[in-house]
Amino acid sequence: MGTLLLAAIALAGAPAASVVYIVAAELALGRLAVRPRRALRPWVWLAPALAFVAVFLVYPTLDTVVLSVRDATGAAWIGLANYAFALGSRDALIALRNTVIWLVLFTGLVVGGGLGIAALAERVRYDAAVRGIVFLPMALSFTAAGVIWKFVYEFRPAGAPQIGLLNAVLGAAVPGFEPRAWLVGPPWNTLLLIAAGVWTWVGFATVVFAAALKAVPAEIAEAARVDGAGEWRVFRQITLPLLGPTTGAVATAMVITALKVFDVVYVMTSGNFDTDVLATRMYHALFVDQHLGRAAALAVILLAATVPVMAVNLRRLRREAAAR
Amino acid sequence: MRVLRRAPVHLVLWLVGAAWLAPVVGLLVSSLRPAPDVAASGWWTVLRHPAFTLANYRDVLTAQGLGVGFLNSMAIAAPATAIPLLIAAYAAYAFAWMAFPGRGALFALMVMLLAVPLQTTLVPVLRLLTAAGLTGTFPALWLAHTGYGLPLAVFLLRNFIGGLPPDVLDSAAIDGAGAAQTFFRVVLPLSRPAVASLAIFQFLWVWNDLLVALSYLGGRPSVAPLTVTIAGLVSSLGSGWHLLTAAAFVSMALPLAVFFSLQPYFVRGLVAGAVKD
Amino acid sequence: MARQRRTAIVFVAAAMLLAAGGGDSSAAGKLGGTVSVLGTWGGSELDSFNAMVKPFEDRTGAHVEFQGTRDLTAVLQTRIQGGNPPDVAALPNPGALPLLARSHALKPLGRVLDMTQLARQYPSTWLDIGRVGGEPYAIVVKAALKGLVWYDPQTLAAEHVTLPPTWAGMLALTDRLAGRGTSAWCLGLGSGATSGWPATDWIDMLLLRAAGPAAHDAWVRHKIGWDAAPVRQAWEQFGRIAANPKDVYGGPPAVLATDFGDAPFPMFTKPPRCLFHLQATFIEAIIQKQFSWIRPGIDLAFVPMPRIAPQYAGVAQIAGDVFGMFHDTPQARALMRYLVSAEAQAIWVKRGGALSPNKGVPLDAYPDVLSRRAAELLVRAPAARFGAGDMMPPEMTAAFYKGTLDYVAHPDQLRAILARLEAVARDAYK
Repeated sequence: MGTLLLAAIALAGAPAASVVYIVAAELALGRLAVRPRRALRPWVWLAPALAFVAVFLVYPTLDTVVLSVRDATGAAWIGLANYAFALGSRDALIALRNTVIWLVLFTGLVVGGGLGIAALAERVRYDAAVRGIVFLPMALSFTAAGVIWKFVYEFRPAGAPQIGLLNAVLGAAVPGFEPRAWLVGPPWNTLLLIAAGVWTWVGFATVVFAAALKAVPAEIAEAARVDGAGEWRVFRQITLPLLGPTTGAVATAMVITALKVFDVVYVMTSGNFDTDVLATRMYHALFVDQHLGRAAALAVILLAATVPVMAVNLRRLRREAAAR
Repeated sequence: MRVLRRAPVHLVLWLVGAAWLAPVVGLLVSSLRPAPDVAASGWWTVLRHPAFTLANYRDVLTAQGLGVGFLNSMAIAAPATAIPLLIAAYAAYAFAWMAFPGRGALFALMVMLLAVPLQTTLVPVLRLLTAAGLTGTFPALWLAHTGYGLPLAVFLLRNFIGGLPPDVLDSAAIDGAGAAQTFFRVVLPLSRPAVASLAIFQFLWVWNDLLVALSYLGGRPSVAPLTVTIAGLVSSLGSGWHLLTAAAFVSMALPLAVFFSLQPYFVRGLVAGAVKD
Repeated sequence: MARQRRTAIVFVAAAMLLAAGGGDSSAAGKLGGTVSVLGTWGGSELDSFNAMVKPFEDRTGAHVEFQGTRDLTAVLQTRIQGGNPPDVAALPNPGALPLLARSHALKPLGRVLDMTQLARQYPSTWLDIGRVGGEPYAIVVKAALKGLVWYDPQTLAAEHVTLPPTWAGMLALTDRLAGRGTSAWCLGLGSGATSGWPATDWIDMLLLRAAGPAAHDAWVRHKIGWDAAPVRQAWEQFGRIAANPKDVYGGPPAVLATDFGDAPFPMFTKPPRCLFHLQATFIEAIIQKQFSWIRPGIDLAFVPMPRIAPQYAGVAQIAGDVFGMFHDTPQARALMRYLVSAEAQAIWVKRGGALSPNKGVPLDAYPDVLSRRAAELLVRAPAARFGAGDMMPPEMTAAFYKGTLDYVAHPDQLRAILARLEAVARDAYK
C-alpha cells in the first residue's frame, strides 16, 4: 500500500507543484515592466520542459556525439572511422536501404490508413468500436505483438498442418500454393515486418485524426453538400486542407518512428536475413560488439536524418505564424 | 439508396476490423489452448476440435510477484503520464502563443530530440541517477519517462494549441486574464482531446516499457513492474513462452479500460468547449 | 560407485562448513543484508534457482534478489557502465569474461574461494573456463552436455535402422534414408536475437570430433583463421546436411525458420518426419513438455556424436552458466562460496534440467536415466570444451551465428562468409 500512497502523492503533488510554480512566476512577472515581462515570460513557461530534456536527452546526445569520433571504449580520438563503418559496408547499405523502405512505406501506410479509417469511421454509427479495434494493438507490449506476428507468419514444411494464419489462408485460397518461410528471405520479410508495424501504429494515427476531424465544423461541409458537392470532393477540398497541420504532425511523428524502428525487427528477425535497420545495427554495436563509438556514429546518423523533417516543420510553423 | 451508397464504406470498415482483430483473436484463442496444441495445429482448428484450458491464465495470475507488479506498474505509469503532459502543455503554450528569439530553433531541437534512440541515453542517464542515489526507486522512472515523453508531447500539443482559434485567446486577454488564467481557464480545457489522446499513449508506453525499468530499477522485486514479472515467466531457453499469450491479455486489461474511459474526451472535448463559450 | 559416494559426502560436508563459516563478518550471528544476482533464468529455472539459494538465505539471513532478463548482455553492460552493477551475475558465455575482467568490472575470486579445495571438486577444464590470465574470475555452477544425437528407439526399430558407430556411417545412413524419401535430420536454427547458435554447436562438434580440442582452442582464440582447413571442413560437413533439402526435414527454409525448441518435434509425429536431432541435454525437458507420453530411455534416447577421428571420440562439448562477482561485499562472497558447493548444485540437479560440474554431486541425485547418463559422460570425458560460440568474444560470436544463417541460405558462398568472419575477427580479438 505504501507504493500506491507514494504514487498518489507524486500524481497529485508534482502537477500541483508545477501549477504553483506557474502562478507564482506569473505573479512575479506581473510586478515587472512590460518589456522585461514580455521577454521573460516564455522562459518561465518553457523552463521545466527544457530542464527535463536537457538532462535526459540533450546531455546524453552530446555525450553520444563526442563518443562517435572515439574508439570502442571511448578512450581515443579516431576521427571519422566509425562513420565509415556505419556507412561503408554491405551490411550498412542494407540497413540504410531498409530504413528508407520503412520511411516510405510505413509512414505512407500509417498516415494514409489512419486518415482513411478515421474519415470513414466518422460516417457510421459504430465509429467508437472501429477506433477501439484499430487501437487494440497499441495496448499490447512489443513482446506480445511479436508473439502475435510470429504466429501469423509461422511456417511448417509442405505436408504438415500449417499453424500460421498467412500460409493457411493462402493455402486455402490459392490452388497449388506451397507454404513459404516468410521471414527468412528478402524482399518479403521486410515488407511483412512493415505490415506488422503498420498494424501496431495505425491506431495512433486514427485516434489523432479522429480528434482533429471532430474539430472540423460540420456547417462548412454541410454547406458544400447543399451546393451539390460529392462526398469525395467535400473530403478533398474542405476536410483535408483543414487537417493539414494534423497530417503534418502525424507524418512527422511517424517518420521519426520509422527512423527509430527497433522492437518489431528485433523481436521477429533480430535483423537477420537482410532485415537490419539503423536502430537494430546501433543496438548491436552498443550491446553485442560493445563498440560505443560505432553505436554513437549510428545514433548521430539517425539524428542527422531528422534535419529535413525539422526543416519542413519549421516552414510550416512560419507559414502558420504569418497567416495569423 | 442511401444504404447502397454507404455499402462500400461499411465493407471497408468491416474488412479493416477483421484484419486488425484476426491476429488478436488468434492470440486470445491460443492463450486458452493447452501449450502442446499451439505448436501442433492452427488456432482456427478449435472450431472443429474445441479443447480449451485456463491453465495459462492460472499460471500467470498465480505467478510470484504479479500482484505487486501490477501495483508497481500503476505507481510508475500514472505520475509518469501526468507530469510530462502538464509540463509539455506549458511549453507548447509558449511555443504557440508567445514570441521570443530562438523560438524556431528551440522547437526544431525538440523535433530532433524525438529521434534520439533511447538506448544511447541509458548509460549517461543511469550514471546521473546513480550519482543522485535514485536507482531502484520510482522517482527514477518518473523523471526518466518525463524526459523521454516530453518531445512528442510538446510537438503534438504545440500543433494543437497553435490551431486554437486566436479570437478565443484574444477575448480572454481583453477580459483582463493573465497568461496563467488564459492557460488554465481557456487553453487547457480546449485542448482536452489532444491531452486525452496523448495521455493514453504516454500511459501505454510507460505501462509496456521493459528496457527502461530493467536498466534503472535494478533487480529489486519490490519495485519491479508487470513487464518485468511477465518477462520472468519465460525461461532462458524459451520454454514457457505460451504464458506470454495469457499475460498479454492480463496486462492489456487496465490500459484498455483507461482508453475506453477516456475515449469520450476525444469526441466531446473540443465540441463541448466551443459550445460553452 | 561406493567410493564416489563417500567422496561426495566428504565434499558436501566440507562445502557446508565452508558456506556456514563464510562471510567476513566477525560476528558469529547471521550475516543479513541482500545480494543482487543478474541472470537469464525465468519460469521453472527461476524456481530451481530460488530453491538452490533457499538454504543459503536461511543460514545467513542474507536475502538473494534475482533479476532475470533474456537480454542479459544489454542490461549488464548498461548497469556496469552506469555505475550500478549487480553483486553477482550468471553469464551463459564465458567468452565475455576477458573483457569484463580487463575493465575491472569483474572481481578476482582467488581470495574469495579456496581454489585448492575447489581443484579437488571440479575437473580442471571446468575451472580453466573461468580463468583470465591464470586468475579465477568466474565458476561454472550449472552445466549442460552438448553434441548429443537424440532419437526415438521405437522409430529406429520400426524403420530397421541401427545407429552407426562412426560419422561416416551416419552420413551413409543419411544418404540411404534420403534415397527412401526420408529426411534423416531435424534441424532448426531460430532463437530470437541469438538465431544460428545450434549451427555453431554443429560446426564446433564436427571440428572437435575431426581435429580435436587443440584445434578447437586455436580456433576459439583465433590462433588459426576462419579459412584454416579444419574450420572450413567442419563448415562443409555441416552444410552437407543442413543445406541439403533431402537430408533435413523441410529443407533449408525450414532450418532457418524453425525455432530450435520446435525443431525435434517432427521426430515424434505420426508418422515421424525425421529421425535424428543434434542437441544438448536441455532439449529433453522441451520434448517432454510437448509430448507427455514420452518415457525417457524408451521413447527418447541419445548417443554422443559418433566418432570421426578415433582419438577424439570421447571429447565432450559443454555449456553452462558461469557466476562472477561484480561487487565485493561479504554477502556476495558468501553466496559465491555457497554456489560452488556440491550441496547447492545438488539441489538444482535433483529438480531436473541441470548437470553439475562438481564431482561431489552423486550420480543418483539425477532425476532420470537420461540425465544420469549425461552426467556420467560429463564426468568421464577425457576432455571437455565449451561450445565455440560461447567462448569467442561477443562480437565474433554474433558474427558466427549470423554467418551460419547466411551459409544455410547460400551454401555456395562459404568462401565469402568465412572471409567476412575473418574480417570481424581482426576487430574482435584486439
